Amino acid sequence: MDSVWEYRGLLLQGTIVTVQLALASLALSVLLGLIGASAKLATNTTSRGVANAYTTLVRGVPDLVLMMLLFYGGQQIVNDLGSATGLWDYVEINQFIAGVWSIGFVFGAYMTETFRGAILAIPRGQIEAGISCGMAPLLIFRRITWPQMVRHALPSFTNNWLVLIKATALVSVIGLHDLVWNASTAGRSVREPFTFMFAVLIIYLILTACSDVGLRWLDRRYNVGVDRA
Amino acid sequence: MAEQERTFFEYLAYISENHSPLDFMLVADHIDKFFYGALLTIEITVLALLIGGAMAIPLAVARAYRHPWLNGPIFGFTYFFRGTPLLVQTYLVYYGLAQFDFVRESFLWGPILSNAWWCALITFSLNTAGYTTEFLRGAIENTPKGEIEAAQACGMSPRRMMWRVVLPSAFRRALPAYSNEVIFMLHSSVVLSTITLQDILGVGRWLNGRYYLAYEGFITAMIFYMILVFFISKGFRFWEKRWLGHLRPRDTANT
Repeated sequence: MDSVWEYRGLLLQGTIVTVQLALASLALSVLLGLIGASAKLATNTTSRGVANAYTTLVRGVPDLVLMMLLFYGGQQIVNDLGSATGLWDYVEINQFIAGVWSIGFVFGAYMTETFRGAILAIPRGQIEAGISCGMAPLLIFRRITWPQMVRHALPSFTNNWLVLIKATALVSVIGLHDLVWNASTAGRSVREPFTFMFAVLIIYLILTACSDVGLRWLDRRYNVGVDRA
Repeated sequence: MAEQERTFFEYLAYISENHSPLDFMLVADHIDKFFYGALLTIEITVLALLIGGAMAIPLAVARAYRHPWLNGPIFGFTYFFRGTPLLVQTYLVYYGLAQFDFVRESFLWGPILSNAWWCALITFSLNTAGYTTEFLRGAIENTPKGEIEAAQACGMSPRRMMWRVVLPSAFRRALPAYSNEVIFMLHSSVVLSTITLQDILGVGRWLNGRYYLAYEGFITAMIFYMILVFFISKGFRFWEKRWLGHLRPRDTANT
């Protein structure tokens, strides 16, 4: 245990990278989820088709495969496109960006399903009432759809977040110096891999426990006006 | 037949050399390796699901009925395995156990604990047991009260009621969640490639590393995984129709 304490700085740095990665991917996945959900609920057949293809693809392919494809192949595509169109110069895709895009892309598909279900749970009459009051679409979204959507989406959102935070461990495989990478390097150098991996597991448990507290607070906040048995 | 096959490969080679950014020929040459990789992926996934599932049934029963001194430890077990990444759990077993002298000196070390295949199987089984226990517990707790009362009225002993009424009905209700768990386990099995095993992704990484490629190995791996997931969800849809037919909304008469 002393050795873990000795390397606390390295572990803390890794934890910060992991948390940053998780939050950035979460933001991207929420954005993609909102776009995907509105595409799935649209009347346009093309947008529905694209959104369905997206969720089917993600359900079929493990996240690490996408991550590696993006990390090793994405760089080449982006730069080929850039030089072909002349729109951008050399772009470097580092491990962090590859991680954010692939995790965000994968969880965007799960968020799509979450938000779609949540929007469908809002009674249609409320939106019609908003229209008849003369509200603009954006105002309807802000005042009627969003607050209730968050409430319906929270349980499934919580679940997605807990899976997402665990998925960040995979980024160590493509070499990002996150918590897992730092800990396994330190563990090898002091020949105590078990101790260090165990410390990583404990840190992950602490992270999920912390987010549990935060999400429960959100749950209470968005359920203020609701009677619960 | 042989003639046709050769022309197909010639065509493939022609496309690969002249038009496509992807080298189909190279993948076609090594496709047998991908099939062996798929075999390993399926082998570990299926074995882990069987072992983990068998472990989960007694654990879920103990949790559902709040066994006085087993409930707490089982919850600790499932919380630990559900709250942490499978990758780190696997590292802990495969790389970590060698830290202890008593493990390396025990008779299990040579055949089992120094072997990547066994370490993966042990970790995956425990992991899926953790997840399965929790949703099976939920399904058992949601058994309709009438079914239990009917069983009691028939004079069934608690053990017989368990086997004849509670578990069969809980398994059916857990089926949709279980199909997710199976797909999730298949996706998680990519961890195998990080502990030196040649699963589907492992073969893809090997191919890309050997020929210094960026796409071919990963895209082939992607297609293999998609085909597997397709068959799994087809299978579960069939079983759901079969075992959950009574829960489906009835077809309304055409008006």
